[in-house]
Parts: sequence; structure tokens; C-alpha cells
Amino acid sequence: MTETEKAPAAAQTTGASLSYRPPRSQWWDVWDQFKTHKGALIGLTIFVLILATILIGPILWTIEPTYVDLRARNQGFSMEHPFGTDQLGRDILSRMMAGGKVSISVGMTAMALSILLGTTIGVLAGYFRRLEGPLMRLTDLFLALPLLPLLLLMVTLFRDPLSKSFGPESGIFLLIVSAIGATSWMQTARIVRGEVLGLKEREFVLAARSIGTPSRRMITRHVLPNVLSPIMVSATLGIASAIITESALSFLGLGFPPDFPTWGRLLFDAVDQMQLYPSRVILPGVAISLTVLSVNYIGDGLRDALDPRIRGR
Amino acid sequence: MLDATGKALIEVSGLKMYFPITAGVFRKHVGDVKAVDNVSFTIYEGETLGLVGESGCGKSTCGRAILRLYEPTAGAVRIDSKDVLAADANTLREMRPKMQMVFQDPQASLNPRMTVAAIIGEPLDEHTSLSKKDKLARIYELMDQVGLNRDFANRYPHEFSGGQRQRIGIARALALNPKFIVCDEPIAALDVSIQAQVVNLLEELQDRLGLTYLFISHDLSMVRHIADRVAVMYLGQIIELAPRDPLYLEPLHPYTQALLSAVPEPDPEAEKSRRRIILKGDVPSPANPPKGCNFCTRCPKVMDICRQIEPTFHEVQPGRYVACHLYQETAG
Repeated sequence: MTETEKAPAAAQTTGASLSYRPPRSQWWDVWDQFKTHKGALIGLTIFVLILATILIGPILWTIEPTYVDLRARNQGFSMEHPFGTDQLGRDILSRMMAGGKVSISVGMTAMALSILLGTTIGVLAGYFRRLEGPLMRLTDLFLALPLLPLLLLMVTLFRDPLSKSFGPESGIFLLIVSAIGATSWMQTARIVRGEVLGLKEREFVLAARSIGTPSRRMITRHVLPNVLSPIMVSATLGIASAIITESALSFLGLGFPPDFPTWGRLLFDAVDQMQLYPSRVILPGVAISLTVLSVNYIGDGLRDALDPRIRGR
Repeated sequence: MLDATGKALIEVSGLKMYFPITAGVFRKHVGDVKAVDNVSFTIYEGETLGLVGESGCGKSTCGRAILRLYEPTAGAVRIDSKDVLAADANTLREMRPKMQMVFQDPQASLNPRMTVAAIIGEPLDEHTSLSKKDKLARIYELMDQVGLNRDFANRYPHEFSGGQRQRIGIARALALNPKFIVCDEPIAALDVSIQAQVVNLLEELQDRLGLTYLFISHDLSMVRHIADRVAVMYLGQIIELAPRDPLYLEPLHPYTQALLSAVPEPDPEAEKSRRRIILKGDVPSPANPPKGCNFCTRCPKVMDICRQIEPTFHEVQPGRYVACHLYQETAG
């Protein structure tokens, strides 16, 4: 047997073994497709780097973010302070790392909460006709509320009781996350409801009904996977707006305590002296933008990877 | 062929499916679209009943109402003498495996995000508690039955041609060993060479598994090929129901005559002498059907009585039912 004959024979044996290969998990296909999306891979790398810096960095860079050294105020970049110091002599690198931890966890958790709320309400309103009226009116009500005053009110009302029962930091964290989550789910709900209304009339849903699939599995099996794309998009956008809302709250003095660093806080602390020390504005700004951008690209790649019609192209 | 004294599997009586029309701010109920209006027929075990009619006459609605994919306004549907329309949610779910459906558009009837194995396996997930291995074996068995390569199990619907997609739909319908399948224009979205393949597959499966079909179509030649008996629908009502050969040889109802005269003849000599009956006017709105016979506005043989009294659907010859005043006197 020559070399040329062997190759097709080998190909055939793999083909034969393929036919008895059990249906493999969809997630392998998703990962294969995700790997082909360059932007998503770069985004994922950057996001992992940011996460690693935030989580591992403080162990290596041991200066306390709240340590005040008045003799070393407003310093530029140096070996002792790679990103310089602020007007109270605190090290900006360690403040950036500590701030990133808070900002990213607030962004992620608030996004998860708002997506969960928005998707649940959107799917229920779209799928069950009886719930549509009440749930969509509720959505309209939330959309019509002036959000910033509402957030301020929530913070002033619940800050003290929550701080008391969960400790000052986690109390405020819980408060801010739920406040942002509870005021940003409406867009998702409306988009999801629209998609579900369209999906419900598709023939494969009718086919599932003729099989006798009950509503809850109809939703998890047929409806949710097909509304994944818009959910993914609003999730990636949601992280950005959650980080920014948190900084706005911090700026108004109603977020975390003043000495507690978050990216938004750093940004707003530096705004006063922007003309003199532009790097203090640029650094947290770049950190926020990089995070948001990388999450957006990851979301984009995931959305493509999760759609079998795009997959394999 | 057909044993007229066979056991009745499906009995439909007085089936009505009205879709309400609402108007104004308060969504007041101002009328109904009578998509299916008082339809009764019986399907015997192992036979194929063809349901033909023009677009919008209520064929598909009728098929879906029988499977209770819609909630019919009135009437009764009995499968194996159990009432489908009166069943509560749980009983209905238990009855589902017996009756399945093959849809018109194979693209739309398959979830684009599920693999072929998941689509065919869905009924098995819902109604059986097979182990993973047994389920896969059953899925492969079904794929063999409808002529799909086992290799395709991991693929997604968009990777298939129309005919293959329809085979997936058929495999899904067969998964639970149904007795009765509603084929809702299963070949309308396919091109002609594939139509023949799918119809032959349906016939072969019927012979092998003893299935009973309600074959909905507007393709009269295809119905002639596959059906044992044929029901003709016009504006939500069945106007003629007869065994296939007598119906095609000698249609009784003027509408059936017009419909059959429109079928092209393959023989050019015969085609030359074919005389078409051209109907005038349009189908009246099913929201506002004419008084008397539904067909009286377009019937070439219309009489005065047709505009006054609705004809009853009755047997004029053994096994042949017609709703027309032309045959009313002979019966009475």
C-alpha cells in the first residue's frame, strides 16, 4: 500500500468513528467558534490581565491604598510610585488596583442582577399573555421614574440600616448593586419581550406544543436560547453603564465612603486638578474604557459563537 | 385498499374555530372570522384522508384545531373514542404521543439552536425516561427510518436542504410511535423532485408502521397519489367528502368540479380538450360569509334556494357526502 492510498483510508476510518460519536456538548462548538473571533480573544486576554492585576497585584504591591504620606504629595511617575501619588500622597497604583476590584465587582453584579430581572420580566410578559399588561406597565413606570433622585433617595434611606447589619463596606456594596440593578433592567425587559412575542408565533414553538412540552421547558429550551443575542448585547452594555453609574454616585458623595477607592471615585477626585495632573484622570479613565471595551468584545464573540447559523463560517 | 367498515380512529364532529374580531378602544367583540365552521368527518385507522381547498379556506386551522394547538370554539374531536378537546392539561399531555404533526415549512418548524439529535430527542425527553444510551439508539433508529445519515446527528437545521429538514420533522413526529399524523402541507415548500421523495417516504412509513394521516394540501395531483379518501373545503366548511377514485372521476359539487378542471393534464392531446370551469369573483370573507350556501356567490349552477337555505352535508351515494342543493332532492 502506498502513501497516497493510506491517507484516504485513514480519513475514512475517522469518518466511520465520527458516525458513532455521541452528540457532543454544544459548548465545545461554542468554544471552537469563539476562538476564531480575533477581537473576542484579544478582549478576553485584556480582561483576564485586568482581573489578574486587580486580584494578584495587591499581594505583590503592598502599599496600602489608604496610606497617607503627606511628604510625598502630587508626585509624578517614579520607581517608588509607578503611577505617582495624589494630593494626599496616596499611591495611585495601589488605589487603582483596589478601585478596580470594587468597580468591576459592582459592574458585574449589578449587570447580572439587571439582566436577571430584565430577562425574567421580559420573558414572562412576552410568553404569558395575561402577565403582559401588568408587567409592561411596571416597566413603563420604572422607565418614567427620574432615576438619579430615586437612587439618592434609596441610598439615604437604606444606607444606615444596611451598614449596620452587613458592615459598612458590604452594606454599601449590596445597596449600590441592588440600586443600580433595580433601576437598569427596563431596556432589557422591553427588548426581550419583543423578541419573545415574535418567537412565540414561530412554528417550532407550535411543534413543541404538539409534543406536549410544558411552558417552563418551552421557555428554557426554545425561547431563552433564541433571545440570547439581545440579552448578551444588553449585558455587555450594562457593565459599562453600571460602572459609570457607580462613579456618578460616588461623585455625589452617596456611594462608597470618600476614602474608599473606586475607579469612578478616582476619576472624580482628579477632575479638580485635571489641568495640572492630567495623568490622574487618564489612568482610571483608560482602565474603565479598557474593561468596558474588552467586555463588549467578549460579548460580541460569545453572541456569534452561540448562534449556530454563524458558527463554522 | 380502504375498508369502509374499518375502525374509526379520529371522529371530528361539529368542529368550529372562530377567531374574534375586536374593534375600538375597548376592544369590543364585533364579529368572528369563521376559519372552520361546523366541520364533521371520520378518519379510519390506517387510511389517508386528503384535505384540499384553496388558500385561506381553513385547512391548516382545521388540522391544528384537531390537535388542539388552537382552542376550538365548539365541537368534539375523539381519538380512539377519547375526547381531545374536553381533556384537561394533564390528560391532553398524555394523549399527545398518539397524535403528531408534520409542518409545512421545515425551516421554521425546527429550532435553529438545537442539533438534529436534540430535536428528534425532544419528544423522548418529554414522554419517556430512557437512559442516555437508549435514547441515542432510538434517535439513530429514527434517523435510519427517515433516511438520514447518522453522521448528521450533531448538525444544526440550517446545514440541511429543505427535503432533509422535512425528514428531520418527520423523524420527530415519529419518535413516540404515534397512530395519527397531521401532515400540514408537508411538501408545499419543497421542489418537485424532493416532493416525490418525501411523499414516498410518508407512504412507506404508513405501510411499515400502520399510520393514519390527515394529509392537508392544495396539490390535487399529489392528494390523488397519496389519499384514500378526499375532503374538499371551501370557506371553512367541508363541501364534499368521497373516496378518491369516484371523486376524481365524477366530482359532484360544482366547486369540486371547478377545482378538478384546473388540474393540468400531462397528455397534450387530452390537455387540448380539457374544459376549464372558470369561477367568477373572489372568495367571500370568512368574517362575513354569504347567506345560504357559502358557494352561492360564485357557483355556476346557482339556484334560488342556494341563496336562502344552507345545504346540509349528507350522504348521496354510499361513502360520498356532499353539501349542495343540487343533490338535496335525490336524497329527500
